[in-house]
Amino acid sequence: MSKERLIYLDNNATTPTDPRVVDAMLPFFHEIPGNAASRNHPFGWKAEEAVDYAREQIANLLSVDSKEIIFTSGATESDNLAIKGVFEMYARKGNHIITLKTEHKAVLDACKKVEKLGGQVTYLDVNREGLVDLNELEAAITDRTILVSVMWANNETGVIQPMKEIGEICAKHGVLFMSDATQAVGKIPVNPKETGVHLMAFTGHKMYGPKGVGALFVNRKNPRVKVTAQMDGGGHERGMRSGTLNVPGIVGLGKAAEIAAKEMHSDNERLSKLRDKLEKALMENLEEVYINGSVEHRMPHVTNLSFKHVEGEGLMMTFNQNIAVSSGSACTSASLEPSYVLIALGLGDDLAHSSIRFSLGRFTKEEDVDYAIDALTNGVQHMRNLSPIWEMYKEGVDLDAVEWSEH
Amino acid sequence: MAYSEKVIEHFKHPKNVGTLDKSSKNVGTGLVGAPECGDVMRLQIEVDEATGKINDAKFKTFGCGSAIASSSLATEWLKGKTLDQAEAIDNMDIVEELALPPVKIHCSVLAEDAIKSAIADYKEKNK
Repeated sequence: MSKERLIYLDNNATTPTDPRVVDAMLPFFHEIPGNAASRNHPFGWKAEEAVDYAREQIANLLSVDSKEIIFTSGATESDNLAIKGVFEMYARKGNHIITLKTEHKAVLDACKKVEKLGGQVTYLDVNREGLVDLNELEAAITDRTILVSVMWANNETGVIQPMKEIGEICAKHGVLFMSDATQAVGKIPVNPKETGVHLMAFTGHKMYGPKGVGALFVNRKNPRVKVTAQMDGGGHERGMRSGTLNVPGIVGLGKAAEIAAKEMHSDNERLSKLRDKLEKALMENLEEVYINGSVEHRMPHVTNLSFKHVEGEGLMMTFNQNIAVSSGSACTSASLEPSYVLIALGLGDDLAHSSIRFSLGRFTKEEDVDYAIDALTNGVQHMRNLSPIWEMYKEGVDLDAVEWSEH
Repeated sequence: MAYSEKVIEHFKHPKNVGTLDKSSKNVGTGLVGAPECGDVMRLQIEVDEATGKINDAKFKTFGCGSAIASSSLATEWLKGKTLDQAEAIDNMDIVEELALPPVKIHCSVLAEDAIKSAIADYKEKNK
């Protein structure tokens, strides 16, 4: 394997910033240095104008009003602001939040904080496909429920939840609906108004924009939603998020949104073909390969595969000088626990340890996928030759009947 | 996480991968770990009855790079040792040799367990 060739198939972790986005941002570092809150000189006016324009670009992508976009430092902050902000703002109405076990840590940990503050949180299971059961969700709503928080598309599996149906349930019960749409915005059509989503978190660096800038969509009409600010200061962003606006970052996020609106469709058409090629080839070349999560309700650029009896981190080591992917294996985390998302889908720990997430992106080429197919095929074969449980499996040993020495 | 060169070398070119006849009287087999934990090591020793020394060692490991390197190294160290010498191999020797980070120390513990378990199996067969 040559060391020079680097292939990036980890776009769900972060996307490369589109060069057109970088070009749009550059003037706002030195030539146009103003603070968007400086109302009394041209430097400030230009900065404010640029921020307003970016707000329009984003609103246009999402078919919302530009006044409904609150800029933040990223999706983690947006998730925190939405969940804790609603909990505080609607304390008189109730204290119960419903979410899923497969949410991102930014949502789950914000919910845990809410529990510490006296709130109640229901963490719903998902089925084998990674999808929430709508009846269970509706049954979980009580007269104390103030918020349902469901991620649009899962970061590990790419599974897309039935958002419109959830929106209808929330509307029927008069409960606010929030979504962590970090993996969906800019990648697939996302229309919170049509979907009945009242709050929605997203970030620049998952949609070919810069890191360190994100936004929270906050519905302004029917219902008018408010969140309590989580940071005190100058009262920027309609009092919901204080702090000097990251003008270059916001300009970049706006440009990224504009490009996404234009190119999303053609990107997806190309990427779903490449993703399918990757998946099909690996399943043809190798035995015992499983797709994790729904195949039908899934992002076009993502596949999460388990290669049975091969440990994910070890497998990655066979090619990670050249190819970037992610694994749900415990060994990639300090906790030594495998992916809680895959466990929630009902995968055994062994299959969770054997999982690899491939996330393609706008800059992925067909030859990258071809290269990855070869490298993965060789890597899995190398690891299986080393694997005692693969050997036992091939000999017909019932692995479930073996008494393992857990450690 | 960056791996040490020694880990990478053992991982890419593992020594003594394979299977010995576990029904043979002079072969001891240790199978430790669990698939659910993400590590399973099978380490086998073949003992020369005349000399009492380990004349062959083989392994197969399901696990991360450090687990594979730890077991590969262990098989190298075992060859030519008496059972008492083999029993004395400490997991921290493996940690040091491979420069394993703290989060990977359990891989070396597993290798030590595998060695001890293989020796115990051999002794059980030959008592």
